[in-house]
Amino acid sequence: MTGNHPLAAESETYELSVNGRREQVKAAWLGESLLSVLRERLGLPGAKNACEQGECGSCSVFVDGILVCSCCVLAADAVDAEVTTVEGLADGDALTDVQQSFLAAGAVQCGFCTPGLVVAVHDLLDRNPDPGDLEVREAISGNLCRCTGYGRILAAVEAVRDQRGRRSRP
Amino acid sequence: MTPRSASTVAPARPGARRGVADGLGTSAARPDGIPKVRGRFAFSSDAFAEGMLWGRTLRSPHPAARIRSIDVSGALRMPGVHAVLTADDVPGAPTYGLEHADQPVFASDVVRYQGEAVAAVAADHPELAWRAVQAIAVDYEPLDPLVDAEAAITAPAIHPDGNVFRHLRIRHGDPDAAGDVAVQGTYEVGMQDQAFLGPESGLAVPDGDGGIDLYISTQWLHVDRDQVAACLGLPPERVRLTLAGVGGAFGAREDVSLQVHVCLLALRTGRPVKMLYSREESFFGHVHRHPARMAYRHHATADGDLVKVEARLVLDGGAYASSSTAVIANAACFAAGPYRVPNAVVDGWAVRTNNPPCGAMRGFGAVQACFAHEAQMDRLATALGMDPVELRLRNALRTGDTLITGQVITGTAPVREVIEAARAHPLPPDPAEGDPAMALPGGAGATALRADVRRGVGFAVGFKNLMYSEGFDDFSTAGVRLELAADGEPVATVHCAAAEVGQGFVTLAQQIVRSALGVERVVLRSADTTVGSAGSTSASRQTWMSGGAVQTACEAVEEVLLHRVGERHGIPVDGTRRQLLDLRDGVVVAVDGDLRVSVAEALAEGPVEEVRTYHHPPTSPLDADGQGNAHVSFAFAAHRAVADVDLELGLIRVVQIATGQDVGRALNPVQVIGQIEGGIAQGLGLAVMEEIVLDGGRIRNASFTDYLIPTSLDMPPVLATLIEQPEPGAPVLGAKGVGEPPTISSTPAVVAAIRAATGAPLTRVPVRPQDIALAPGVGSSTAENDA
Repeated sequence: MTGNHPLAAESETYELSVNGRREQVKAAWLGESLLSVLRERLGLPGAKNACEQGECGSCSVFVDGILVCSCCVLAADAVDAEVTTVEGLADGDALTDVQQSFLAAGAVQCGFCTPGLVVAVHDLLDRNPDPGDLEVREAISGNLCRCTGYGRILAAVEAVRDQRGRRSRP
Repeated sequence: MTPRSASTVAPARPGARRGVADGLGTSAARPDGIPKVRGRFAFSSDAFAEGMLWGRTLRSPHPAARIRSIDVSGALRMPGVHAVLTADDVPGAPTYGLEHADQPVFASDVVRYQGEAVAAVAADHPELAWRAVQAIAVDYEPLDPLVDAEAAITAPAIHPDGNVFRHLRIRHGDPDAAGDVAVQGTYEVGMQDQAFLGPESGLAVPDGDGGIDLYISTQWLHVDRDQVAACLGLPPERVRLTLAGVGGAFGAREDVSLQVHVCLLALRTGRPVKMLYSREESFFGHVHRHPARMAYRHHATADGDLVKVEARLVLDGGAYASSSTAVIANAACFAAGPYRVPNAVVDGWAVRTNNPPCGAMRGFGAVQACFAHEAQMDRLATALGMDPVELRLRNALRTGDTLITGQVITGTAPVREVIEAARAHPLPPDPAEGDPAMALPGGAGATALRADVRRGVGFAVGFKNLMYSEGFDDFSTAGVRLELAADGEPVATVHCAAAEVGQGFVTLAQQIVRSALGVERVVLRSADTTVGSAGSTSASRQTWMSGGAVQTACEAVEEVLLHRVGERHGIPVDGTRRQLLDLRDGVVVAVDGDLRVSVAEALAEGPVEEVRTYHHPPTSPLDADGQGNAHVSFAFAAHRAVADVDLELGLIRVVQIATGQDVGRALNPVQVIGQIEGGIAQGLGLAVMEEIVLDGGRIRNASFTDYLIPTSLDMPPVLATLIEQPEPGAPVLGAKGVGEPPTISSTPAVVAAIRAATGAPLTRVPVRPQDIALAPGVGSSTAENDA
């Protein structure tokens, strides 16, 4: 955006820290959400735009380790924070156990809710390694899925929980 | 004890002919699964082009108004705004539509629903585009909206094409027949939204030569292409559509939304233009499920044999036709349910109003009728003193029975089997003291006392047609190319325009090729309009239709391969000698000799590529009495629901849903289960929470804050049994489509469970708390009486 652009007076250049990298956000309108900046300026479209009012969880990311809806965070407000998106969960081309389990269980259909759910399930299982069924349901109840009816998603979460449980047993 | 998911997933089976891995019958993995879990799958909303502009639509705030003037000068003057278009800027056809071109690209003289497009802008930034549409001054003269569907039948026309989209009359048997018992009722279905998660979005890129490329999420590329080309005034070949990743569809992407607008903006500016609806705009930008009002009378003998069904169905199609004529046909054809009914008098109406336009949604007319006919079956069972499941079993359709349209069912009709399978699943444990509050109605609100909670069990059965009906020439096209990859191994490439919307056709296409050709590596080309039409991803038709096209193309490729090997080895393969060679597990073998030629060897002289078009058997239109062989095939399902209800507050928790479903053959059992669980969730949503609330034609809840869809806490465990009776004539191992039946009878099953728990009549969905708590004799009205 050029200097005489109509939004120039409402724009700033700033830096974000995303998935361990410093990213410059140039002359961005200050009204842009973190979701919008990740998707449109930083080439990270994994967080999705389904409701843009914090109801559906499709845009879930971590800001300083806290699970948030990135549609409800102004990007410029995340300047001093460490942002982790779905693209930053796995090392390189590997898949996390949650991602693998979603594939194996048949938890993916259209896939629009999937990145947000993968982030939310990592958050749940990293905080609570042994959640019961109702705890799992409550933890992902902020992530809407319209395709699956949640059955295979719950199966995927249970499978990761059980795998991690077996691994951590002496 | 906490509820646990216990769906029955059938074990993997080998493919029908070939032993190749991940063929038909296995739960093969989705080819798009890895990018989807990594966040790298490109949905239409992720589309990007260097230098692209952002488009935005100006929509009418009024459900009915005359447009006195439109002044776009304020928007055009804004720096960073590159185009502002109105109806005057449409070079081709001024209107479009799925079946009847009755919807203006932009309204010019009148607006007929709140949200109708009036103008569109393209700007450098989404915020500028938003400010630009605010700067367009439209002078409206508001009119009294016509919002009552019944009144619309006789009201002055609000469109030059009139208010009645279709009146379908079915007269079957003796209209004066009567039984020993009659029950009647009037039922209503509210307006449901498909609420796919991925909002409408697309990217249009001018080709520099007057043509355009559109990357779009849709259910049917070719019918979009034809409508867009007509409105742009371009020949269809100058308009090329490529499927961009689709974030769910459920019927809402069968109609054009932003397709014409975004192409017009791109052609005007000469730059790529992206449009992306917000959730609010999405509620205004696509068609919804038709609200319905349905008056029924059922007649039966004292023994419980159905004698006659009378029904009058009025579906509100909203302002424009969309697929209303086909939706009302389904509602009327399936109005009596999957039962033997010798006499029927059905009148179906689909009408135009100033409400939001309605069209396709999963279940397509059968959903509305099923809610009514299943409530009627329960009323009839009560009147007869019969068990409601026994009444259904007694009247269940079988192969050879005649529908109320006079069509004899020649294919499979395992109605009895789906009912018995749903009934056979274990019921959940009884509620007990000490159950967590989260497991009670009201959930985390902890509003329910166990003593106020009643449990009910309800049952429902439904069916609908598979594929397009009433004489429509329904077909799909697929190309299959078999060649050697760089590493010398055979690789097959499928080119088919079938829209993958999440259902898993991409997986199925690979499975079909693996089983047919014995080749494990199968690549899918982008779905686009450079290959023939695959028809719509709707009507539970792609497994049969595009599956049939892929299968047929594979058979053609096999034929070429056998000819090649036969010629090389002096084995004639024409006529009856054809059977001397066969393709088995990726090897061409002589059945009476030692010859074995691998597919790789056969491909050494070059690739094989064949394109085939598959048509389903022809159907007939319905005659003046609604009689005719209008449908190809039918799919059936039964649902049993268990619900806990807080009588005081009218809150509901569905505890379990069990189902039996007629699938023909389960080609990918995990994907079938995914369709069943997902379809039931949408049926549950319609039963207890989902409704676009209208007030004088205005939508009051265009957001996910106010339009609720089921969450993981609302969805109970699903127990599913797949009834596998291969359908004769279904091209892929007898498999039927599976997407819609779960959504049809799950709604009435849930409502029947709530009725059983409460005694409230509940003749309308979605059931609202006040329908329970304020019903005479239930909940707080009881408390008031006691006080």
